[in-house]
Amino acid sequence: MAAVLSARLVVERDGFLLDVSIEAAAGEVVALLGPNGAGKTTALRALAGLVRLSRGEIVLDGEAIHEHPAERRSVGMVFQDYLLFPHLSALDNVAFGPRCQGTPKARARDQARDWLERVGLGAHLHARPRELSGGQAQRVALARALAVRPRLLLLDEPLAALDAHTRLEVRAGLRRHLEDFGGATVLVTHDPLDAMVLADRLVVVENGAIVQQGSPAEVARQPRTDYVARLVGLNLYRGVAAGHRVTIAGALTLSAAEELSGPVFVAFPPSAVALFRTRPDGTPRNTWAATIAGVERHGDQFRVSLDGPLSVSADVTAAAVADLGLLPAQEVWVAVKATETHAYPA
Amino acid sequence: MRSFGRRVLGALVAPVLVAGVLATAGCANKDERTLTVFAAASLTESFGALGTAFQASHPGVKVKFNFGSSATLAQQIAQGAPADVFAAASPATMAQSKAPKSRVFARNRLEIAVPKGNPGHVAGLKDLANPSLKVALCAPQVPCGAAAVKALAAGGVTVKPVTLEQDVKATLTKVRLGEVDAALVYRTDVKAAAGAVEGIEFPEAGKAINDYPIATVPKTRQYALSREFIDLVLSDEGRRVLSGAGFTPV
Amino acid sequence: MRGRTPWGLAVPAVAGMAFLVLPLAGLLVRAPWPTLLVRLAEPRVVEALRLSLLTATAATALCLVLGVPLAWLLARAAFPGRGLVRALVTVPLVLPPVVGGVALLLVFGRNGLAGRWFAGVFSLPFTTAGVVVAEAFVAMPFLVISVEGTLRAADLRYEEAAATLGASRWTVFRRVTLPLVAPGVTAGAVLCWARALGEFGATITFAGNFPGTTQTMPLAVYLALENDPDAAIVLSLVLLAVCVAVLAALRDRWIRA
Repeated sequence: MAAVLSARLVVERDGFLLDVSIEAAAGEVVALLGPNGAGKTTALRALAGLVRLSRGEIVLDGEAIHEHPAERRSVGMVFQDYLLFPHLSALDNVAFGPRCQGTPKARARDQARDWLERVGLGAHLHARPRELSGGQAQRVALARALAVRPRLLLLDEPLAALDAHTRLEVRAGLRRHLEDFGGATVLVTHDPLDAMVLADRLVVVENGAIVQQGSPAEVARQPRTDYVARLVGLNLYRGVAAGHRVTIAGALTLSAAEELSGPVFVAFPPSAVALFRTRPDGTPRNTWAATIAGVERHGDQFRVSLDGPLSVSADVTAAAVADLGLLPAQEVWVAVKATETHAYPA
Repeated sequence: MRSFGRRVLGALVAPVLVAGVLATAGCANKDERTLTVFAAASLTESFGALGTAFQASHPGVKVKFNFGSSATLAQQIAQGAPADVFAAASPATMAQSKAPKSRVFARNRLEIAVPKGNPGHVAGLKDLANPSLKVALCAPQVPCGAAAVKALAAGGVTVKPVTLEQDVKATLTKVRLGEVDAALVYRTDVKAAAGAVEGIEFPEAGKAINDYPIATVPKTRQYALSREFIDLVLSDEGRRVLSGAGFTPV
Repeated sequence: MRGRTPWGLAVPAVAGMAFLVLPLAGLLVRAPWPTLLVRLAEPRVVEALRLSLLTATAATALCLVLGVPLAWLLARAAFPGRGLVRALVTVPLVLPPVVGGVALLLVFGRNGLAGRWFAGVFSLPFTTAGVVVAEAFVAMPFLVISVEGTLRAADLRYEEAAATLGASRWTVFRRVTLPLVAPGVTAGAVLCWARALGEFGATITFAGNFPGTTQTMPLAVYLALENDPDAAIVLSLVLLAVCVAVLAALRDRWIRA
């Protein structure tokens, strides 16, 4: 598919530099994922025309739009706080865009009615934004952005303002609408689940730069930064491989399942980590002594964080915690099966 | 306990502030005596000069003037304003002040005032009826306006003024600024304007002379000083100053 | 703690209320009740009231047309000298109204800087239009300052949202900004109207005083005071009643954001 959106965004502001290149094809959903302050929202606002580019360009459907003001770009945006006009009903909110495009009032309202019915809010046409629930407001905001028939749809943390239960339903609905949308979509999120469910491609942004891109599955399987690793719940380390042996930070040598050489990442899930009172003598090749730093509930299990040559997270059952009497500052032995590790080139 | 103390403090602050303001308002230097004279606006220049002379001949005495519309001043005096002497522009306004005894000390007559150069080419009272001219008069409720009504009636002239000003000085200002082509003001006002406006006398003015009475205000605390000031006004020096300003002393 | 007013606030508050209300009570007590109805029917009362309401409303309209854009400029546009312009806009607030009237004469009078050019065609002094100009001059700062404050406090993000939906700057102002600041504009307009209604010094100095053309209620009251204080009280009561009625009729929610 030929790219619909091709942008290089460079924004320098208050000592912060954002320099990312983003591409999206028609019908593709690209998620910008990253910690707070990484610059994802700035990138989105630059695409919308609300932030000026210091350098770079934005090309949408072959047209260079980076010099155009926001109102001349064929862009629809859903804001984190929805920003529905408080003095207009849901119907008039959605009709606002078409009317700005020159559509007569009556026809714009008909179009708005269609959109609102499509997102399942046909019964709330005349409600004011303050009368809507969070989930309903989110859908109105989406309908409002889609009603202008944009070529590029931008979503800024679309589900952040919702509680966990509403988020489940709305996420599913949003996925359907994004699939129906024919243009390119760029969405910003810090929730990995949003990214996994909604996105065709993930772009991880940290400190104003892209640190990893790929499909959600690729990124989850092979995280390249601590942030992503934490996000997907893996233990991640950088080291140097020589065959099956990986030396990490010059401190510890792990046995890996793959055979590689040169700089590598090694990742394994907390569930692959076993804890022993005494030094184990068995098949696991990777064992070392560590000190317990903390024990926390994690779902119906416990996550133990350990200090030592490597900082590791281990998932153990409640029974195990009780049996072993696992407490902070206690010394234990850590073992990780090589077959459960995953090494890949850095 | 702490909040109780705060409440007491708060309750005390307000009255203390009010008392303080009142106390400073009543302060006065006990050695200096002050004579307060309320006088019609047209007496501004002449009484000002007499006040200076009075202060020179009475060391330790300060004369304070309040010039303005006679009617307003009369009402203030009737309501208890702290005046010692009142000089009004008409017996009617003097009566409003409820001063029992008064004496006419000067007379004033009307004159037509026109801007420099007389752009409206006004020669006499009849010209004021010209509809293309803008004429200002004092409002009939004030002495100068009442006199204008009488003079116009005596001359059989009907004027449609563009404005009826609240006192004679305001009327004169309109002439000075050239906003109107003519106005009926006192002769003393034309003289006081010292060349900024031109004056045109007219015979009908004799039918509407204003008597200016002067009196000691009943509730005065400076009875002796007031009488001395009135004596100055009625003296040869006073008459000289008044006729110099354009009044006709009585 | 709700409902318990501390002494330190209650005492001055009651004093403040008394300070403002007692003079009004004085008017009511001293009013010539027996002759009230007869006096109310006098033509000059009706005339002065009609003129006052007409000119105050016209002055407010003029202030809205000129003042809201000015407030927008001061709140949103960054231009050199903005602080100076803002200070100049508040000058009519501190200028004695009579001085304001004289200044208007010097500009718009027959021999004024601008007035001399249109003196042959129309005149502002001594006309009802002149009253409107004088009232607008003294009342505009109230409107500008109130609206500027509201604009500054307004959430710019709604305007960004409107821009992404394709609204031009003028459309954003018309359909998003204005409706959102409407309560502040209404509050400013009310202040403006009340100030214009009560204006005396600038009106009488610039427009003069003539019943039916330029004699507004405050002027009528002042002149009535010269020789008929009872009439002055009646006129004052009428003005008071009209003001209270208008202000009470304004719903709270139209003024508060």
